[in-house]
Order: sequence, then structure tokens, then C-alpha cells
Amino acid sequence: MKRVGVLALQGDFEAHRKAIERAGGAAVEVRTAAGLDSIDGLVIPGGESTTMLKLLDLENLFEPLREFGLRKPVFGTCAGAILMARAVTHPEQRSLELMDLVVERNGYGRQLDSHVARIAGPGLDDFEAVFIRAPIIRSVGPSVRVLATYRDAPVLVEAGRRMAATFHPELTGDLRIHRLFLEML
Amino acid sequence: MLYLDESFRVKVGLAEMFKGGVIMDVTNAEQALIAEKAGAAAVMALERVPADIRKEGGVARMAPIRKIREIMETVSIPVMAKARIGHFMEARVLEALGVDYIDESEVLTPADEEHHIDKRQFKVPFVCGARNLGEALRRIAEGAAMIRTKGEAGSGNIVEAVRHIRTIVKEMRQLTVLGQEELVHEAKNLGAPLELVQYVAAHGKLPVPNFSAGGIATPADAALVLALGAEAVFVGSGIFKSDDPEARARAIVKATTYYQDPVKLLEASEELGLGMAGLDMSQIPESDRLQTRGW
Repeated sequence: MKRVGVLALQGDFEAHRKAIERAGGAAVEVRTAAGLDSIDGLVIPGGESTTMLKLLDLENLFEPLREFGLRKPVFGTCAGAILMARAVTHPEQRSLELMDLVVERNGYGRQLDSHVARIAGPGLDDFEAVFIRAPIIRSVGPSVRVLATYRDAPVLVEAGRRMAATFHPELTGDLRIHRLFLEML
Repeated sequence: MLYLDESFRVKVGLAEMFKGGVIMDVTNAEQALIAEKAGAAAVMALERVPADIRKEGGVARMAPIRKIREIMETVSIPVMAKARIGHFMEARVLEALGVDYIDESEVLTPADEEHHIDKRQFKVPFVCGARNLGEALRRIAEGAAMIRTKGEAGSGNIVEAVRHIRTIVKEMRQLTVLGQEELVHEAKNLGAPLELVQYVAAHGKLPVPNFSAGGIATPADAALVLALGAEAVFVGSGIFKSDDPEARARAIVKATTYYQDPVKLLEASEELGLGMAGLDMSQIPESDRLQTRGW
């Protein structure tokens, strides 16, 4: 069974752990650089990207995580997608630069603008997407394949063995996206 | 069921994002920025921290709008604000302002001594305090999307938060071994809807995230309540009433992530000086205890 790490610094890592297990993977929580050694792929969950960045710096995890992402599959949701982007706006902040994306934080607004919507695209049929203070992907590079869109913006994207979603597939019972990631491993 | 509808899922969804994080009380934009830089998952905007409310007395109300707005404009993390128990108009004002979460809080002076806010009527999510499972389930029945222990706010004393999280966890565990007919009886004892009692019996946990608050002053305090079953922590007076707010905020963030790792806890505690001055519970007469507010 493939071992999938879930970055468990802060956020909804528990929901991801359960989704991975239900999708047929073995999930392990990762909080240290040593934790990256024994996994086949990594999920960066939703949560607060500023909090995660702070802990990545404090614990000297930023570089090990980036190196891991250059070698192995990584899937980021919401805050995770923000951390994987090439550039982040609103406000500008550092990121791992693992995917050629420009991402705007809190793109739809505050919590009152959080919502559930049906999304679809060339790589995904009708899916119930939960957007929580979600970012918006403002542009994608040529290496990036858009799997699903919502209100004309990409919301699920893939490049090589990296995938990012601006919504939270871990908060719905639908495991298709987690299975997609498991297939990349 | 109420906890499965779409609007409720979006409310609980944001609470999910706070897990393993620290929500810090702040009274101005400058403190909010310190909290954000230290790694807070959210900030709670209020006029005075609980320790000052306790000292100064008087009626404690929703924070001035100008202050909350200033905080919202300063940080990119979620901003929560407190409304008085039962004061649904303060809550309406905070919702119109666009805060990300409302804490219907016993730290402020209650506006209604019988009723809490009907939180299902709002689009903005609510967190409420609880000392035991019955109280937690009544708040969820009213629409709260997150529960936190009450502890004893502004005391710098962890003993009440420990009592409350232990009580809630124990009462949940006890439900899991009961038969259906016994659950009906327990619902009556708890003063909570049967449907929610059945949910807890089946899952061994609340249908919403369960956090801890009230008296957390050190990294070890935060780690303690997490180890007892809390999924995130609120820190009120503990940070900005200490001698070293920046370092302490950072240390509590680290302790919350690494609560199972004593070496990391040591690192987090190492650079800190004295925490806020605390109060023994015997110094707080029953009538001055904030935790007894709420019904």
C-alpha cells in the first residue's frame, strides 16, 4: 500500500488522513523533515497558509519540503495550493514554487463568501466543491493542465505529479480526487 | 439533520481549518499583526482582554466597530469577534461588518439570562463555550459550528479548562457504550436533543470541532488541553498580559503543533520568562466566575 504523508502542522489534516485511508492509501502525519523520508507522496492540507509558513521556517522545513516536492508527488488543497504556487498575491507571500500558478489569497472574500458549488472540467465530472475563504488561481503556466474550472477560473490543476485544488475535496464524501492522487504515486 | 445542511457544512468547514492552531485575543491592529506574524490561525477582536475585564469590572460589550475593522484591514488571517450571550443584534452588526466568526461569549456581560442567540438564522458561523456535554449539545442545537471549553477566562489558571475538556470527553465516551433506550434517558439528563446525543454515541465525538479556551498561559498549558482531546486552542489574556507577547505567541503556536513531542515543547518553553500573573480559583468568588454565564 502506498504511504501518503499529510503535512500536519496546522489545518484539516485529519480530514485528509481519513479521505486517504478511505481511498485505499496508508496515511501518516508529517511534522518533521525526517517524516518525509518514508512516504511516497505528500498532501498539504487546508488551514492558514501564514501559520504553516511560519512553522516551516521555525522548524527548518521549508527547503526539505521543497526538495521533496521536486522529487515526489504533492497534492495541495486551499492553503496547500497557496504554498505550492509560483507566486502569491493579496498579500504577497513566500511559497514553495512547486507549480507554475499565480494564486490570489481569499479570492472570493471573507467567510461570508464561503460556499458549496458544483464544478466540472476536462479532468473531472460533476463534483461538489466546498470553498472556504478560498484562493483563486489567476494564471497558470504552459506546464499546467486544468482539470476543473468554476466561474471561469481553474480550481483543480495538475502538472507532472503535482496537483492543487482551491477547494476542499477532503470535506466531502467524494473520493475521486484523492484516488486521482493515489494513482500518481 | 441540521448538521448536514450546506450552510452548516461551510461554517464547520472553517472551524476545521483552525485545527491544530491557536486563536489569539487581540485588542488592536498592532497586536493582531504580532499574532499573525507569530503564526496565529485566527485572531479574536475584543475591547479588553478577559484579565482586564475581570479587574476593571463594568459591563463588557462587543468591541468598538472601528477597532474590529482596523484589525480586519490589517491581517489576512480570519478575524473573529465576541458578542454578548443572547445579544442577537450585536451579532447582526458583526455579521454586517463581515467578521469571519462570532464568539457568543461568557467573557462579555450576558444580554439575556435565559436564551442564547438562534445561530441558525445567521450566515456567519458561531463558536460557543461549554463546561459539559449537555451545554455543548444545546449550543450546537442552536446552530454553533464550533465548541470551546469555557475554562475560567482571564485567570491564567488552566484548572477549569482541564476540568471542562475532561468532563466533555468523559461524557462523550460514556455515551458510546449505551443502548438506544438509555440514550433517550441520557438526552433527558443532559438537556440535549436526542438526535445529537445519538450522533455523539455513534461517533464518540461532537459533530463540530471541539476546542479549548480559558486560562491557557504557557506552551505546556496548550499541549495539556490538546493531549486531553481539544483540537485547537484559544489564548486570551495569556499572550498580551505576559512580559514577552511575541516570543510567547510563537511558543504557544509551536507547542500546539508539537504537543506530542516533549523535546519540541522544551524548545518552545525555553526562551520564555514569566507568564501572566494568575489567580487561584479560591480567589475568584462564585459570583465573579465567568464560566457560570450561559444556560
